[in-house]
Amino acid sequence: MQVYLPIADLPVNIFLVLGMGLAVGFISGMFGIGGGFLMTPLLIFIGIPSAVAVASVSSHIAASSFTGAIAYWRKGALDVALAMMLLSAGIVGTATGVWLFTKLRELDQLDLMIGLSYVTLLTVVGGLMIYESVRAEMRAHQGMPATLRRPGSHTWLHGLPFKLRFKRSKIYVSAIPVWAIGFIIGFVGAIMGIGGGFLLVPMLIYFLRVPTVTVIGTSMVLTLVTMASATVMHAATNHLVDAILALMLMVGGVIGAQFGARTGQKMRGERLRLLLGLLVFTVGLRFAYQLVVQPDDLFSLRHVGSE
Amino acid sequence: MRRLALTIPIVLIACGLRPAAAERLVVSLSNHRVAVTSSFVGEDLVLFGTVEPDAGKTTLRSAYDLVVTVTGPRQTLRTRRKQRVLGIWVNADSREFVRAPTYLAVLSNRPVSDITDQATLRKLQVGLDHFLLPQRIGPDIADTVLDDPFRVAFVRLKRQLGLYREASSAVTFLTPTVFRAAIPVPDDVPTGIYAIDVKLFAGGALVASTNSALEVIKTGVEQYVADAARDHGLLYGLLTTLMALLTGWLASVVFWRE
Repeated sequence: MQVYLPIADLPVNIFLVLGMGLAVGFISGMFGIGGGFLMTPLLIFIGIPSAVAVASVSSHIAASSFTGAIAYWRKGALDVALAMMLLSAGIVGTATGVWLFTKLRELDQLDLMIGLSYVTLLTVVGGLMIYESVRAEMRAHQGMPATLRRPGSHTWLHGLPFKLRFKRSKIYVSAIPVWAIGFIIGFVGAIMGIGGGFLLVPMLIYFLRVPTVTVIGTSMVLTLVTMASATVMHAATNHLVDAILALMLMVGGVIGAQFGARTGQKMRGERLRLLLGLLVFTVGLRFAYQLVVQPDDLFSLRHVGSE
Repeated sequence: MRRLALTIPIVLIACGLRPAAAERLVVSLSNHRVAVTSSFVGEDLVLFGTVEPDAGKTTLRSAYDLVVTVTGPRQTLRTRRKQRVLGIWVNADSREFVRAPTYLAVLSNRPVSDITDQATLRKLQVGLDHFLLPQRIGPDIADTVLDDPFRVAFVRLKRQLGLYREASSAVTFLTPTVFRAAIPVPDDVPTGIYAIDVKLFAGGALVASTNSALEVIKTGVEQYVADAARDHGLLYGLLTTLMALLTGWLASVVFWRE
């Protein structure tokens, strides 16, 4: 059954889009991430213009992270104070990202920028995740504790001024790295159409030493607010959010996430991280391949303006 | 644009001065309005017409040729060419096609190059190869030579999208003077007013021409959403976000387990 997308201006098969929502939702529920880094490329692949894909996926991620945030809220696994601090910078990052997005689109270099960002981020983050989880697996084999988190250990980040105490996460850190992380996530999310959960979770763990209990819930709140504001900003400045596409993705996504979460709970943390790392890395390689291999058609058209 | 401006008076003078023009075209379109809904998969409109003798004259020739040119709303498009820079493919060179038709169909009863000579085709802008597609080249706006790589790519990409086409069997003469033409309207057709230009040839010369028009509109939810997104961006964004929150909340209620 075909459905006409009013903003993307093309018909798509409703079951294909719902299916994509389900599949990505399953993965996002399993790993506790938004799944934007998978959804945006998939949409581009089925012919949705990349700008529309990026803008519409942000509302889809807002929906799935809201479901997640509610679940973590009920469990009390949410650090509201930390989320608020990250958010204050996240909104600024999103606004900067939307502004740059508009500029790049005018210069015909948006697709390139999206491609390059995907390659860099995904291969680096994916590679680090694989490395980290393989090491953890090896340590587990040698009978050592799987994680090396030392609650008392300090890095140079802890020497910075403007220190704040976050009671729920039991950490005492400077506001500077918290703001920097919030800004980066907001910025990257607006440019790439990703919630940034797969970036934020490792950053919170490695840089701020946020405990695993509160990290995913807190990341979901940040994702929710940055993606909701990205939706509003993309809609107000670029008019590129396709609500009908977004609705289909949301419905598929939230259902898939429930089943994914159940599967994910049955797996060990290290194994889960290794799988996610491999997935992220593969998507990164796919983007690299696309940039390096000569395209089938060197020419492309872009709408400049109606009369 | 200057060439276009010059061409029109020449055509008009040519028509007006031709004493042999004893024919008149009468055409009728099966539907003047195409409504694009969510289930629209494209359709064919039918243009019917007859060749009538002009008032007072009764002589009709035996063989006619007919060319129907349908042009959609105008839009400026940029054609970009990728180039390898530092090992990766980036959009390097680009040309702007100023006010090019979003849709262009040249329908005829036989290949246009068989109907009349190249000079006439060029003068009347009949056929995809002869249609003016002005490009912005630096400060100037001009049509280029036929084998300009950007023009070739532009027409090829538009043809792949099904928006430009040249069909040399889309017009059928039912009798020597009654014809029908099938105008294809693909599913992703842009909305707006479409001009239909009908030209009648006999023995390689233009003998009569007429015009008609059709309108493509989006209806239902699609149009409503598209209008809202364009005219009330902020409100639209807020509502979409609200929809996202509702969906997320509903899911957490439906799937809530103790």
